[in-house]
Amino acid sequence: MKEFKGRVVTPGTCTAKAVVTREGFNTLASLQKALQFGDKKATCNDQNNRDIYGEELAGNALVLPQTIGSTTGGMVLYCACAMKRQPACMLFTNHIDSLAAAGAILADVWLDDITMPVIDNLGDEFLNYVKTGMTVKVKEDGVVVVE
Amino acid sequence: MILTEKQQQMLDGKQGETLAKVMKTLVMYGEAFGAEKMIEVTSEHNHLVTSFGLKMITPVYELMDKLIESGAISKQTFSVDPRPLDKNVPANFLQNLIFNKFMYSKQDFYEGQLNKLGLMDKDAFTCTCYMDEVGNKPQKGDILSWAESSAVVYANSVLGARCNRNSGIMDIMGSIAGCVPYFGLLTDEGRKASWVVKIETTKKPEAQLLGSAIGMKVMEDVPYVIGLDKWIGEELTDEACTYLKDFGAATASNGAVGLYHIDNLTPEAKEQGESLILENAKEYVITDEELERVKNNYPVIWKDKNAKPKLCFMGCPHMSLQQLKDWTDRVEEALKKYSNKKVVIPTVFTAAPKVLEEFNKTEYAERLKKTGVITSYICPLMYMNNPLCAKMPVITSSNKLRTYTTARYYTDDEILLQITKGGN
Repeated sequence: MKEFKGRVVTPGTCTAKAVVTREGFNTLASLQKALQFGDKKATCNDQNNRDIYGEELAGNALVLPQTIGSTTGGMVLYCACAMKRQPACMLFTNHIDSLAAAGAILADVWLDDITMPVIDNLGDEFLNYVKTGMTVKVKEDGVVVVE
Repeated sequence: MILTEKQQQMLDGKQGETLAKVMKTLVMYGEAFGAEKMIEVTSEHNHLVTSFGLKMITPVYELMDKLIESGAISKQTFSVDPRPLDKNVPANFLQNLIFNKFMYSKQDFYEGQLNKLGLMDKDAFTCTCYMDEVGNKPQKGDILSWAESSAVVYANSVLGARCNRNSGIMDIMGSIAGCVPYFGLLTDEGRKASWVVKIETTKKPEAQLLGSAIGMKVMEDVPYVIGLDKWIGEELTDEACTYLKDFGAATASNGAVGLYHIDNLTPEAKEQGESLILENAKEYVITDEELERVKNNYPVIWKDKNAKPKLCFMGCPHMSLQQLKDWTDRVEEALKKYSNKKVVIPTVFTAAPKVLEEFNKTEYAERLKKTGVITSYICPLMYMNNPLCAKMPVITSSNKLRTYTTARYYTDDEILLQITKGGN
């Protein structure tokens, strides 16, 4: 078990299984097919991301350096939240990027019953340590415990 | 964050609950990036990324309804990304059924919402809103609240405007409030380059391939590119701008680049030169071999990798008027060379409705039509999202289209060969 401390972008707590991408997470490429065709597990459909292609994203702790790609990204993330197919939390090793921030903040402000804690600045050590399948616990103050 | 009295009143709900949420969204967005203040949006028009009436984005329509019903309408008019449907583009009965009944069944409804929110005009659907024919070209130094990654990177880099890589929905929030949080690419410091990219190729690098390589390497950082002026010149001619349009779209979609500087060419690089480069900037050298490596690394996800292409898309982002003319010449010459009268693969060239309108006034339009190439204002990406289209072997020279869909990437020369001669 190891603890890491990051910065809280949107608050909340959760415990979930980690799904880890070491490459940038392309939100549109990853989620659009799943949302469009009713995949409740939100299976990652980004052919270019060998780390998480085919992995279930809904309800899991998405560990990523940052998001990349189309500026529909935040809107797609907002829709995933509204449709309750969002990751349990998003854990950024780098500073959050503008598209992911937009999606998380829009969901936080405009949706009433959605919680998706978002923590950033968790650092490279966190990314090196956590592996897909490990259990992570997110605390209110931005502490992430990897079990 | 320090707000003006007017901004604080908006946040406090003095102008209604919806506008308070709009301002709260912008404040939280700014706080995530350490912004200490808001800055006024100064461009004449806005540009939105969400153009498609996709059934799945019901939450967006609900949010737009809230804005409309509460009168939270921007003072700016806006252009928006391309429409997802066009009858000119080949599609069979089942594909059309999925397009019209399952995917884009909310298109008319959503366009109604866009009209209420301030759409510039009925033809303002394109990802290249900055084309002269379209009329949404910001001035140098303008502050924007745009989204659409390819338009943002073009506006920042080629036009010298200032815009962060805003997301869909966030784009309209800044426009409604009339201000955006001051951080990132809006600031002088945020526009400095943390990468130096040296072009050491033996020939002009393919725009879409070079952009892809740089995007994947630098991700969201700002690259300062040295040596490209040797191949595309030191003036922002039509040809150079077209190159940078395609190059930039690839940097933005294959990575997350919002601004690049081209030594001796783009406005800030011309003014400030290498003083734009941060200390300890990282270096990336582009050689012929590196571009070949990047290209060979693209996954091909066609079920049958040797399938004969059934469709070719050119124009993601939308083609310029000059590009349409140049490609007319190239297709004609190649068809003549290979003794064909029409293209051997159904081929669609996409451009903004107003660019197509101008193109159709020229003699090139009839000549292109004779080659069998179809012109359209469609968004190829939205077409390829149809699962039945995604199963088709589609080829493209767009690295953006390759990234988001099953379309297979080829260089411009390879595409020309395929559509005029045939073969994989």
